[in-house]
Amino acid sequence: MTAAVHFTVNGSAVAVAAPGAKRLADVLRDDLGLKGTKIGCNAGDCGACTVLLDGEQVCACMVPLAQAEGRAVESVEGLAGSGAEINALQAAFHRHGAAQCGICTPAMLMAGSGLLAQVPNPDAAEIKDALGGVLCRCTGYTKIIEAVLDVAGAGEPIVAPAGAAVGARIAKVDGLAKLNGAEKFGADGFPEDALWLRVVRSPHAFARFTLGDMDEFIAAHPGIVRVLKAADAPENRYAILPGLKDQPVLAQNMVRMRGEGVVALVGARATIELVCDEELPITYQPLEAMLDIAAATAPGAFQLHADRPGNILAEGKVIKGDAEAALADCAAVAEGQFKTTYVEHAYIEPEAGWARRVGDRIEIHVATQTPMMNRDEVADVMQLAHEDVRIIPTACGGGFGGKLDLSVQPLIAIAAWLTRRPVAAIYSRPESMASTTKRHPAFMDARFGCDAEGHLQAVKFHTDVDTGAYASWGPTVANRVPVHAMGPYYVPHVATSGRAVLTNGPSCGAFRGFGVPQAAITHETLLDDLAENLGLDRLQIRLTNALRTGQQTATGQVLEASAGLVPCLELLVPHWQRALDEASAFNAGAGPRRRGVGIGCMWYGIGNTGLSNPSTMRVTLDRSGKLTLFNGAVDIGQGSTTIMAQICADGLGLPVAQISQIVGDTDLTKDAGKTSASRQTFVSGKAAQLAGEDLRQKILRLANAGPESEIELSGAVLIVRDGGERHEIDLSAFSAGGDGTVLEGQGTFDPPTIALDENGQGTPYATYGFAAQIAEVEVDTELGVTRVVKITAAHDVGRAINPIQVEGQVQGGIAQGLGLALMEEYVPGRSDNLHDYLIPTIGDMPEIEILVVEDEEPLGPYGAKGVGEPGLIPTAPAIFGAIRHATGVRLTQAPALPHRLRAAILALEKSRDGNE
Amino acid sequence: MAKYLRPETLATALGMLKGDALKGAPFSVLAGGTDFYPARVGPAPDENLLDISALNNLRAIDEQPDHWRLGALTTWSDIIRAELPPIFDGLKLAAREVGGVQIQNRGTLGGNLCNASPAADGVPPLLSLGASVELSSASGVQTLALGDFILGARKTALQADQLLTSLIVPKPSTAHAAGHFVKLGARKYMIISIVMLAANIEIDGAGRISAARVAAGACSEVACRLPALENALNSAPCDARLGDIAMAAHLAPLAPLDDLRGTAAYRRDAALVLLRRLLNELGARA
Repeated sequence: MTAAVHFTVNGSAVAVAAPGAKRLADVLRDDLGLKGTKIGCNAGDCGACTVLLDGEQVCACMVPLAQAEGRAVESVEGLAGSGAEINALQAAFHRHGAAQCGICTPAMLMAGSGLLAQVPNPDAAEIKDALGGVLCRCTGYTKIIEAVLDVAGAGEPIVAPAGAAVGARIAKVDGLAKLNGAEKFGADGFPEDALWLRVVRSPHAFARFTLGDMDEFIAAHPGIVRVLKAADAPENRYAILPGLKDQPVLAQNMVRMRGEGVVALVGARATIELVCDEELPITYQPLEAMLDIAAATAPGAFQLHADRPGNILAEGKVIKGDAEAALADCAAVAEGQFKTTYVEHAYIEPEAGWARRVGDRIEIHVATQTPMMNRDEVADVMQLAHEDVRIIPTACGGGFGGKLDLSVQPLIAIAAWLTRRPVAAIYSRPESMASTTKRHPAFMDARFGCDAEGHLQAVKFHTDVDTGAYASWGPTVANRVPVHAMGPYYVPHVATSGRAVLTNGPSCGAFRGFGVPQAAITHETLLDDLAENLGLDRLQIRLTNALRTGQQTATGQVLEASAGLVPCLELLVPHWQRALDEASAFNAGAGPRRRGVGIGCMWYGIGNTGLSNPSTMRVTLDRSGKLTLFNGAVDIGQGSTTIMAQICADGLGLPVAQISQIVGDTDLTKDAGKTSASRQTFVSGKAAQLAGEDLRQKILRLANAGPESEIELSGAVLIVRDGGERHEIDLSAFSAGGDGTVLEGQGTFDPPTIALDENGQGTPYATYGFAAQIAEVEVDTELGVTRVVKITAAHDVGRAINPIQVEGQVQGGIAQGLGLALMEEYVPGRSDNLHDYLIPTIGDMPEIEILVVEDEEPLGPYGAKGVGEPGLIPTAPAIFGAIRHATGVRLTQAPALPHRLRAAILALEKSRDGNE
Repeated sequence: MAKYLRPETLATALGMLKGDALKGAPFSVLAGGTDFYPARVGPAPDENLLDISALNNLRAIDEQPDHWRLGALTTWSDIIRAELPPIFDGLKLAAREVGGVQIQNRGTLGGNLCNASPAADGVPPLLSLGASVELSSASGVQTLALGDFILGARKTALQADQLLTSLIVPKPSTAHAAGHFVKLGARKYMIISIVMLAANIEIDGAGRISAARVAAGACSEVACRLPALENALNSAPCDARLGDIAMAAHLAPLAPLDDLRGTAAYRRDAALVLLRRLLNELGARA
């Protein structure tokens, strides 16, 4: 019998009888029900489980329960103290927008609290040292540092009055729950009686396999209720895109990638966790894996999918004019080959969720970026009507594209269906990294030509991307990259193409930018080449070529409005000059450290590529006066719940604070489409505006009041003031519909696009985001180590609905761009953890200065476009340009790890010596 | 069911190792848990454990006439906070670079040595301090030089009935002595090193080096001293050009590998750069 361990949690005495080695993080969450402490890796790599133990920050995943004896544990739930909602640090986080998805926030708060108890007024360096053990993937850390610095600040969050929400720096409407531990993420709401599910995964990248006697295995392992196999999936294939359903829920006879699920154990948690994979009766016959594009496209290569000859998944192209002929006439031509590698999303929340069968329907609670697509995909797998699957999204602890694909959903759904019990699953960090999608490794070959003044005349570009074993979003990448590959420039002659090749590598899918970040490295390096060839300033050549309103893109689309690259670049001119002057002054000194300045530009089509992607929003008033926005746009931390409220509030003319929301529940909300492609502000935002305006018109009609009237909601009474006239509408006097609704507004928006033809001509996107960033770096040339000193980011967002959130998206994007440029390299089987796979820490972030350009988009809500992906795209090319300026090294491979950069510096020195 | 033993005295702990409690059964020793748990990411641990964290006497830093004694349970944060002479500057710098503050608060010196990772942050500075380890068992105490204790990657001379209980750091023979440390990694915090270097020097009344110990980590299976360089440093004037003495040939004991973090060639190249910088800074400061 286990003796109880006695300690205090947030000041209250507790006694826990559990094995002494049980992780304190599990004790807090499972024995004590304190789900505010998050588990991101169980290895001390991410810090998400940080709590205070006798006042000192520790990772609760590495503290054995036995060592808590007699000690004081403090967790996020105890920060505010009795009676208060939040404390001063939490309030500062709220004001500054320091929490995005919120999964790392409890840990950041605990690390910060530990610091503040010892150092009441810390400086930024002390804050970085104290918070350096907690990873954040959303914020870029900037606002977290600002919040800790401002803990003593007395400021209150901004409250926007009716009609003035758009453009206001209001705090997140769902922010408090992210700060006090109340937010429920994928792993936080499992029913007590849930069975657990664990997937047994292939250790081989390519193998045939046979299953032995599972009944015997189950009999030998009491506690296992069922072992799911391929045959348990009524339709054992799925994919994002119709017509390409190539991915099995569980592999059937053959695994095509390492980490692919073979069977799933369902049963008591302790039992399924303790079973070693080797105990399963699975016999693998490994095959020679095709781990790169060359192997997969070699003559006679094994065809991975019956309908994909040559292992070519998809191809896309854009042809305009005659690029080859035009290149021959160019005064200067630059060319190059570039490559990037697998990049992992590394959201701090691993995939998690639970499902239950409700009659002949299935209900799934899961962290997702796309509830409606999840619903349809799971229904297709289970051969149910789409309406018979209900997705209830939990809070999503980071997505970045990686939670667009199915992970636990079909597995827990099938298991819950068959066992008629709730079934829950959490991926471990290694499992999450091994089995879910990656950013495509891209191999790019391009030629850019311009006239003597630097006007681009022609672009040829081809990329092969390694799309891995299954389709996922590979076709989207193959189509989006050719549209964007010439960069945000006017080019009369274009021939761009992309090809996604199936291999036995990890399945590659959507990751913030859908291939465009890779392409931007190419187009920006070649722009720098042309500037160098012609002796032009690097910013000026971009200003010369920047797409302007009225010009035609490579797909033949005339930009009618909101092409704001020129104002972005014009704003950057003084920063560019200052940075160049400072670098030059620094480099006048001796020593191995060299400064450099680079610039990167980007454009990004908002929404799906040439495909319909509508969103519908609904806002209701009930008899009690409750105003509810039924919002199908799931918020993955970027803040769409707040953005929709701000937009809808102004459409309606009531304050944000009066809006309640139902978010993402597929039974209750209309389809708002997926949270990706930077589309929610633009597409769903417009729908929210139309819904608000629709309800407003109905109210005004009831009052027979004019369009300029003011509306007030007081209890169950609407008060409408039209000039001197005052009307009252008593909602309680209305007869309500089935759901209690007495008045409702609805809005739908589908951005107008024209599908691309066989030459890639059409209107793929209704609008584009534009941006330019300057990077200032310091390179230790003897070690190849790059420190990014500053990023100055100018972004045309159309209209900043909430400037705090625009800044947060850009800062977080820059962090991911910095990681892409300098450190992120996923190596299958070798970096399935967050200490070998490196993402930036708080100490790696540069100073960031953001310049917001508002070149309004008439189609968007109040002029707004999207900014989710644009934040990331220009960063890596800007850093590469700065490294080149500092060292002379023209990088052609990301990431620029120290050993690679040092080797390139040595090679350059050698070639210069050879030339002398 | 697996045993979880958490004795409160060293004698009890050593008795458990020798007696029936653990004798013959496979078990692990657990202290701060910062290496133990990361090696067991999946299920909850289910194995025999000897948790030595309640042996409070092992968490102490004592100054003796001719040496310092660091208890095996001394944490990195204890090192950072302790008032120690400049010979410990390298160890303090290393302590600040171990993981994040959460790891520094929990990870112990003894655990870092027993885990015997080629990239253990504590080993180069402790080698440069000339540290030895005390291994206690029910039958007595054995003292081993640190270099003789760590035998290979994840391999030490610790016997099944022994606990590493203390580290012994000899006092320098001159009044003027100092240490330094540098770690190279691809990001700022929570980073496994690509290369580490540590040095300690003793300086005579004429401002010349009378003894030097230099060690490199993450460049061989076990962090190692660089004896040829140590000899070359002897009698050298201690100034900001001390690093000029370091030559590529001094790195002969290193056998770096290619891995995710860097190539072998890069490690050699970077080790020499860092070594020169480290010695220059140490020479200027000491």
